[in-house]
Amino acid sequence: MSRQKRQQNLIGYLFISPWLIGFSVFTAWPFLQSLWLSFTRYDIISEPKWVGFANYHALFTQDPQFWQSLQVTFTYAAVAVPLGILCGFGLALLLNIRIKGQEIYRTLFYIPSIVPAVATSVIFVWIMNPQIGLLNGLLKTVGIIGPNWLNDPTWSLTSLVLISLWGVGGSMVIYLAGLKDVPLSLYEASLVDGASAWHRLKAITWPFMTPVIFFNLIMGVIGSFQYFTNAFIMTNGGPQDSTLFYSLYLFNRAFRYLDMGYASAMAWILFVIVVGATSILFMTQKKWVQYGNN
Amino acid sequence: MQSDSRWLAPQKWHKILVHFCLIALSLPAVLPLLWMVSTSLKPDREIYATGGGGSAPTLASLLPQAIKWSNYAEALATVPLGDYLRNTIFLCIVSIIGAISSSSLVAYGFSKLTFWGRDVLFVVMLGTMALPGQVTMIPVFTLFKNLGWYGTYLPLIVPAFFASPFLVFLLTQFFRTLPTEMLEAGRVDGATEWRIFIQLVIPLSKPALATCTLFVFLGTWNEFFGPLLYINDPTKYTLAYGLQQFLSNYGGAWSYLMAAATLFTLPILVLFFFAQKTFIQGISTTGGK
Repeated sequence: MSRQKRQQNLIGYLFISPWLIGFSVFTAWPFLQSLWLSFTRYDIISEPKWVGFANYHALFTQDPQFWQSLQVTFTYAAVAVPLGILCGFGLALLLNIRIKGQEIYRTLFYIPSIVPAVATSVIFVWIMNPQIGLLNGLLKTVGIIGPNWLNDPTWSLTSLVLISLWGVGGSMVIYLAGLKDVPLSLYEASLVDGASAWHRLKAITWPFMTPVIFFNLIMGVIGSFQYFTNAFIMTNGGPQDSTLFYSLYLFNRAFRYLDMGYASAMAWILFVIVVGATSILFMTQKKWVQYGNN
Repeated sequence: MQSDSRWLAPQKWHKILVHFCLIALSLPAVLPLLWMVSTSLKPDREIYATGGGGSAPTLASLLPQAIKWSNYAEALATVPLGDYLRNTIFLCIVSIIGAISSSSLVAYGFSKLTFWGRDVLFVVMLGTMALPGQVTMIPVFTLFKNLGWYGTYLPLIVPAFFASPFLVFLLTQFFRTLPTEMLEAGRVDGATEWRIFIQLVIPLSKPALATCTLFVFLGTWNEFFGPLLYINDPTKYTLAYGLQQFLSNYGGAWSYLMAAATLFTLPILVLFFFAQKTFIQGISTTGGK
């Protein structure tokens, strides 16, 4: 290696050293450490004790709460993510039409997505209050007696899905940016051909938008497995574990029961699930995601 | 063929229909925030008068009949929101300084310098963005606890000084648009990379750095999990964590809670109206492609 090359390497590594050090100390090493911890019993006070596969064995065979948390999380991902895409994309289509006040509408829909998660949670605990909340009050004006929402095990998860839709303006903005890139000439050509609006959506808009939708799908699925703050504040997993999200259960195991080895095993199962789900989605993308036609 | 696409400029009846849909849909978007502000200004008797248990809300009950500003003073007297605000601003400033300085250095390295293993490391860095935080959470917690940092702000601010992959990604995208010839000219003149970075690249990157500053500010302002894990002393609470504690300690005090939620949310909304472009651009560059 020439002196100049060595010099270049040195300078390069100096510039990226903040990340390299942070990556080693806060990501790479903890990543391996948690794998090791997942094979131990560890309560933070005493030294970790090797227990082999005992944590994994207990999780899969003796822990109904683990299965419950998986079910809650998968249900949420399967409902909230597609619904969020549908609503965000639908709104973007509506707001892409040239009408008066377009900017105002866009702002109105976007604002909820920048409200801090803690504030959103506090606001909706109040709005969904069964006795004096706004939601049941409004339902009463149309003659419906509203449920107990967050306090009712049959409605609690639905409530959280509805609340997640409130923030759909964030992804709407991403779709709007994508829609701007669809070449107008294609629409013009299709108008000449007399294609219907539905056909234009299917044949022109949709193919151009699939990469953006794919991105939102991946982020949504990963996000579901990390969904924590809203559930922690609004329901804390209840009632009757009906909103016991995976991350919430993991958090309780780690920091409420100080069951750090067990929680590390859960973290690694989470990792495998996220990698698996992402890989499956990436495998399907050949079938429906179209890159590079713009 | 018309140059203006008819598809994007619909007919009149069509427009009315679209307006109708949008107004109907924007109600659920806007009402919760209006209700928050309105509750924060209502006396208790008005709060308990409406809702599923009382009489149904009318248009009039959307607004407070007798505006009670003292709810804000009383909320501040119940919970030291002023202290929480000071703590939050402190954390925001330190995190911004740490994250921006470290991330811009790293981004310059990845985008404008050549060194062995650069591209592989860049991909590794991008990969860590998809790594769920729970996987590293426990060992990191143990590390900070063993360092004696539990109960201090150090676990919340020190990691900021080691670059955020997300900001590095944003900044590399921007640095790559800067002409290489300009940097080469500097190099020919014998300027060190450090001088090129500080005197040429940073001044040209103000818009990108502003976007990053906004992101770090929002992230720190909203951050709930970090304080939940590491802060146990109520005098050290941040607004986000303090608001959650307020809810769990004073669950029924809706006017105070909504006053606190308003105070917590308002700065973000004000910031949005001043930096609307930055918000939207930031989101669409990260979300798009």
